[in-house]
Amino acid sequence: MDFLLQPLTLMTFFPLVGVLILLLIPSEHKNALRWTALITSLITFGLSIWVFTLFRPSDPNLQLVACYDWFTFGDWTVQYHMGVDGLSILLVLLTTFLTSISILSTWTAIQERVKDFMIFFTLLETGMLGVFLAQDLFLFYIFWEFTLVPMYFLIGIWGGPHRIYAAIKFFLYTMAGSILMLLAILWLGIAGRTFSVPDLIAQGNIPPNVQWWLFLAFAAAFAIKVPMWPLHSWLPDAHVEAPTAGSVILAGVLLKMGTYGFLRFNLPLFPEASLRAAPWIALLATIGILYGAAVSYAQSDVKKLVAFSSVSHLGFVMLGLFALNTQGISGAILQMVNHGLSTGALFLLVGMIYEQTHTREIRVYGGLWKITPIFGTIMLIVSLSSMGLPGLNGFVGEFTILLGAFGSQAIGSPWYAGLSAIGVILAAIYILYMFQRMFLGPQGPIVDEVEHHGHGLRDLNWREIVTVLPILVFIFWIGLYPAPFFDLMAPSVNQLVQALSTTAIAMP
Amino acid sequence: MPQFTDIQTILPLTVLSAWACVLLLLDVFVIRRKGLTALLAALGLAITLGLTLSQAGRTAYGFNGMVALDGFSVFVNALQVLSGLLGIALAYGYVRRMGLERGEYYSLLLFSVIGMMLMAQSTDLIMVFIALELLSIPLYVLAAFQRTDPRSEEAGLKYFLLGAFSTGFLVYGIALIYGATGSTHLSTVLNVASSGTSNLLLTIGAALALVGFGFKVAAVPFHMWTPDVYQGAPTAVTGFMSSGAKIAGFAALLRVFSTAFPSLAPNLTDVLWALAALTMILGNILAIAQSDIKRMLAYSSVAHTGYILMAFVPYGNPEVAPVSLAAGLIYLAAYTITNFGAWSVVIALEQPDGRGLQIADYDGLFWRKPALALAMTVFLISLIGFPPTIGLVGKFYLFRAAIQGGFVGLAIIGVVTSLISAYYYLRVVVNMFMYEGEPQTSHDSWLDLTWSAMAAATVVFSFFPNWLFVLAGSAMLLR
Repeated sequence: MDFLLQPLTLMTFFPLVGVLILLLIPSEHKNALRWTALITSLITFGLSIWVFTLFRPSDPNLQLVACYDWFTFGDWTVQYHMGVDGLSILLVLLTTFLTSISILSTWTAIQERVKDFMIFFTLLETGMLGVFLAQDLFLFYIFWEFTLVPMYFLIGIWGGPHRIYAAIKFFLYTMAGSILMLLAILWLGIAGRTFSVPDLIAQGNIPPNVQWWLFLAFAAAFAIKVPMWPLHSWLPDAHVEAPTAGSVILAGVLLKMGTYGFLRFNLPLFPEASLRAAPWIALLATIGILYGAAVSYAQSDVKKLVAFSSVSHLGFVMLGLFALNTQGISGAILQMVNHGLSTGALFLLVGMIYEQTHTREIRVYGGLWKITPIFGTIMLIVSLSSMGLPGLNGFVGEFTILLGAFGSQAIGSPWYAGLSAIGVILAAIYILYMFQRMFLGPQGPIVDEVEHHGHGLRDLNWREIVTVLPILVFIFWIGLYPAPFFDLMAPSVNQLVQALSTTAIAMP
Repeated sequence: MPQFTDIQTILPLTVLSAWACVLLLLDVFVIRRKGLTALLAALGLAITLGLTLSQAGRTAYGFNGMVALDGFSVFVNALQVLSGLLGIALAYGYVRRMGLERGEYYSLLLFSVIGMMLMAQSTDLIMVFIALELLSIPLYVLAAFQRTDPRSEEAGLKYFLLGAFSTGFLVYGIALIYGATGSTHLSTVLNVASSGTSNLLLTIGAALALVGFGFKVAAVPFHMWTPDVYQGAPTAVTGFMSSGAKIAGFAALLRVFSTAFPSLAPNLTDVLWALAALTMILGNILAIAQSDIKRMLAYSSVAHTGYILMAFVPYGNPEVAPVSLAAGLIYLAAYTITNFGAWSVVIALEQPDGRGLQIADYDGLFWRKPALALAMTVFLISLIGFPPTIGLVGKFYLFRAAIQGGFVGLAIIGVVTSLISAYYYLRVVVNMFMYEGEPQTSHDSWLDLTWSAMAAATVVFSFFPNWLFVLAGSAMLLR
């Protein structure tokens, strides 16, 4: 029982209790299924709040550690080893928060096979939490790969017309990266006689040339997940075909698993290789920022636009991480959360209008603000947050990242940050251009068409408002007063940066 | 004159042999309900399993060193008896549905299990040969058991002709080994081989033996029979054969090469490397093109041979050899569980008129029979090597052996081909979950029990694999 009562274990596996209950409910009782899933996710969110209250922000090390021997792997032991620190606490909260919101967003959008949908979704939550908490490489790998399975079904069963293509592409792309990581994990295990991440970091005696290969193998898994340019081509397919809730989780949490992986494993395990790779990653990140923004501008499908904007935003996160200084990394962590909130909200809003109109073509919309003022206002706020307007969350993250990147010794040149700053302007262009075409100007043909079929476009109902309102709260909170969020991560980030700079000094 | 202790080393085998002969006679009196024969055969296997497990921890040679009892043989034999039991569970309702219900089916199956068990215990090349024949001949008959169907006949004949051909290689190899060392005892061969300088005759002999074993485990390029035989043979036989014969082939391969030929490793490593790489690559690539589920699983079975061979490549390195051996055993156990599960689902969908064997026949299975489709998904995911299944745990160990032995290139081929395999396994999942269809399934309680128990085991053992690791780790060869 001791094992189960650990806060982190309880939180991670509580969704499985929900899965058991969902299994027992007959599939005709759709509302009962929805409520069960929602309550499960809310309780999990409550548990994450509990974890948050137990968390001591001043401590840079892993906290609430649960560590048990799992099985012996030849001459060393694989452990069930979970822990949370300043690098992961915000992502854990983001996961439980967005899962609840996503389930709420499916209330009317998912009408078929509700039971199976809710089961897969709830299973996914356990996988995601595990990824952010696991401190044993084997355990991490299991959670990491496991998240693919429910997501594959969510896209493949409830997705759009090309869902099967998108689901298989998503699965194979992601697996292609992670199998290389598997080999690197084994190499580390054999060399270090343990899979425990803190122990491996403490040993830290990997020769530089080997480090380079291991870095690349881990980076392959994470860069595909982020996704970094040029490995992003699975993302638009998966996003466009996935159901709304799937897109929200995909953008909000699953992509963060990639950036988190760099942060948790690549930087501390392979510090020398990270320092050597920093300029290259910065280059790719900058290309990603500009490319994502340019391609977003050209999209005629609003969901695709949001999907490509993710490539751009996550470029900022990568740039911040590989600035390898406090500002860059803190900004990157905050930007992970920001992107989860803003892009998650954008996908939610796009899903809400799609539910009524069944089209995502930007050109058929127009003048929506007059008909749906609440929807328009919320969309405007979220769009402004996504493009980084000062006073909203996106600005804080991107600004801190750019500060970090400008002064970064590891990147070695302010040009990357300078070019990336253009990305902020481009974001304003493509977001506002989309907003203008959809919400301002003359009424688009879709308005009449919907009217023709029934009772016309309606504004957001109370459930939809409740779904996005919590996100808006955080958009303003982080935008106006980000200090508490930075305080949460500061000690852990400082410790990591300290270790990296020690390596940098020792390097020839 | 054999001593009592000699008999004790092969006690489970003795009991099972006697039981199989008695069963063959008893069956004459069981007139209407052949199910009784099945139950009696299962009872015999259950007793054998108990006897096998009671031998755990003991080590002994018997019959002047012709057979050995050690941790390795107990592990493999327990696995063989288990696959025999599962083979009966698959066949029980299947033979009735297909109109194949004849009592000798079960006796033949038992004889084959006896051969498989002897294979794991043989410490003399002559015994290996006898065991190989004892396991193969009943399988030839079983493959052709559906004698009204030309494809089953073709399967039996093809298996027999190619099997006889490959046994010829083995015997020729044994002859050369005898010529080089003057003995067929594995330990004597070892002494001669490691004392003298490099011996071409011995190397050729070992290579020929490798061909013989390679045929049994379906390694490329000796795999040609696999898809045709797996497809043509009655599905219950295929399920049994694909696990049992593979375990037996690997048991002999692991024992003979680890015990007698570690000194030949410098010569054989490249050969094994190429065999493993070819088997993984071709098995997985050819599986993509299959539209028949039995052929697809046949190529998948070839591919899995490649993964086990990959772990066996560093067998000559004394530091890695125990890991190789344990990895092979763990994967054989994981593969047996998963593979029987997958074949039992195939049987559940197969119709007496031969329909239900195309991958397209799985369309919409999840929406008709959710539990069956979920079980199949678990098996396919386990075959890919994905969590939360025992396939991942097993593959993890295999890759560890390869990397620890320094064969990173081979490990990379292994993971890349795993990625390829995800494509064709997932296609079946796509058919089951994402297409509409009216798949027809049949029920019998033993079959349902098999797939549900195997699915549960596949998942649960992935969370609690420790006992398997400990058992396999302690399954040492007697030298």
